[in-house]
Amino acid sequence: MTMLDMSIAEALAALAAKKISAVELTDAHLTAVEALNPRLNAFITITADQARAQARAADAARAAGDAPALSGIPIAMKDLFCTEGVRTTAGSNILEPFIPPYESTVSARLKAAGAVMLGKANLDEFAMGSSNITSAYGAVENPWQRDDGAKLVPGGSSGGSAAAVAARMAMGATGTDTGGSIRQPAAFTGIAGIKPTYGRCSRFGIVAFASSLDQAGPMARTVEDCAILLGAMSGFDERDSTSADRPVPDFRAACARGVQGLRIGIPREYRVDGMAPEIETLWQSGIDWLKRAGAEIIDVSLPHTRYGLPVYYIVAPAEASSNLARYDGVRFGARVDGADLIDLYERTRAAGFGAEVKRRIMIGTYVLSAGYYDAYYLRAQKVRALMLRDFNQAFAKVDAILTPTAPSAAFAIGEKMDDPVTMYLNDVFTVPSNLAGVPAMSVPAGLDARGLPLGLQVIGRHFDEETVFAVAGALERAAMFTAMPAVRAGAGS
Amino acid sequence: MSLDPATVRRIAKLARIRLTDDEVPRLEGELNAILGYVEQLSEVDVDGVQPLSGGAQMAMRLRDDAVTDGNYPDKILANAPDRIGNFFAVPKVVE
Repeated sequence: MTMLDMSIAEALAALAAKKISAVELTDAHLTAVEALNPRLNAFITITADQARAQARAADAARAAGDAPALSGIPIAMKDLFCTEGVRTTAGSNILEPFIPPYESTVSARLKAAGAVMLGKANLDEFAMGSSNITSAYGAVENPWQRDDGAKLVPGGSSGGSAAAVAARMAMGATGTDTGGSIRQPAAFTGIAGIKPTYGRCSRFGIVAFASSLDQAGPMARTVEDCAILLGAMSGFDERDSTSADRPVPDFRAACARGVQGLRIGIPREYRVDGMAPEIETLWQSGIDWLKRAGAEIIDVSLPHTRYGLPVYYIVAPAEASSNLARYDGVRFGARVDGADLIDLYERTRAAGFGAEVKRRIMIGTYVLSAGYYDAYYLRAQKVRALMLRDFNQAFAKVDAILTPTAPSAAFAIGEKMDDPVTMYLNDVFTVPSNLAGVPAMSVPAGLDARGLPLGLQVIGRHFDEETVFAVAGALERAAMFTAMPAVRAGAGS
Repeated sequence: MSLDPATVRRIAKLARIRLTDDEVPRLEGELNAILGYVEQLSEVDVDGVQPLSGGAQMAMRLRDDAVTDGNYPDKILANAPDRIGNFFAVPKVVE
């Protein structure tokens, strides 16, 4: 096994045993980035010099007896996290010139834990998308290949993060998840990813999309690696008014806990029309694996599931239209001059935002406008309350819920793009947990008939990521998912 | 409810996004498709349901009303597209 195929847990052990150095590990990944990024476009910005300096510092600190939790581990940072002195674009032209004068809390915590940042990962513009094709810096290619050779999307919005981890360009990555943006790309690229409970990771310094839904989380090739990363990313931050003032449990220990005696809910409403038969089969395998591992399987009902997407496509654009009002060409970001101030605003925003972002800002503006607020926005918030109630009632009977992560495997660039609503259907299984604020994780669990990875999703109670990790760990051990993408470092292609 | 071209232009005006003439019919179709899709929420009985506005299951925290940050105008202005001294510069607003 090369260094590039190691898990984070294995690399930490090898670093501790002095079998490898952080500099060697970082150099190997930078070489992989150099070789594969021209094709996959997973990184918008590569910070090689900074990464080497961080790796040298990690080696020096370790030699001096100081090795924090992620010392020397090379990761990709989604380009939605503000990084001091390193350009942060959010995948948008409007932030093309933006160099943050401050660091996001999550990236600062990872830095303090010794992680090495290889660069800023590509994403859908302002994290709005399920395919990574809305990035102003070009689409990301999925390192997995289908039998017809079509170029596939990596999912989105954290598509660059997912592709980088799957292709062995990074050991782990940060993502953010507003409606599935960690879990769906994780499923499409055969890796693991968790959206923790809303409030677990600080939102300070993350470019805002929909503030009541946005949550940061890790993506990595194993469940345990996600747990290690999440432990470093989590914790109370007074600079985020919705940050939860709670202790951070030992997520890593929870991965090996097993599911003996746990009650696992199977929500009947997640059997949707048009779901690929292989996904149905995989879901049944997941049920069988957990049963065999000692869990009790219980049918549950989440009656408002089908309203999740329509609620999301009111609430998220409404919040986005408010959050993105700040991009006006005056204080930071790109500007297009105009005859007067209004002209400057309108020209700046017309040139700076892509089609999907404009569409969502306009929907959001409309549903918040006088005369339509009650009919759209307020009604959506009430249905959102019913969805939270559904989860609370289900979690009175079960400890975790098992569903597929996405209704299909990765699709080709150009497919599902006839109209916005078709693309939105990708998020049908992931959106409800954002609306309710509960933690949810995708675990790679199998391949479809065309050789593409599929994921299973574990949803837990608020602030009970430990049970999510326990169930995800059991699924991972049973699934024995060892398939690797065709395009990856060391594959010789 | 269906948007007409005049409404699309009005929303764009509110959102401060300049539209070209050929963008209007395309957006009209796309926005109407999205609004048609979310229309199904009208079938849900929401009588007596309190709206849920946030993701956090907790009351909003308050902090002391004190100045805890600031005094670095150069940092604040470092990304400004245009500045004059310690001010953001914009086109003349008042004649």
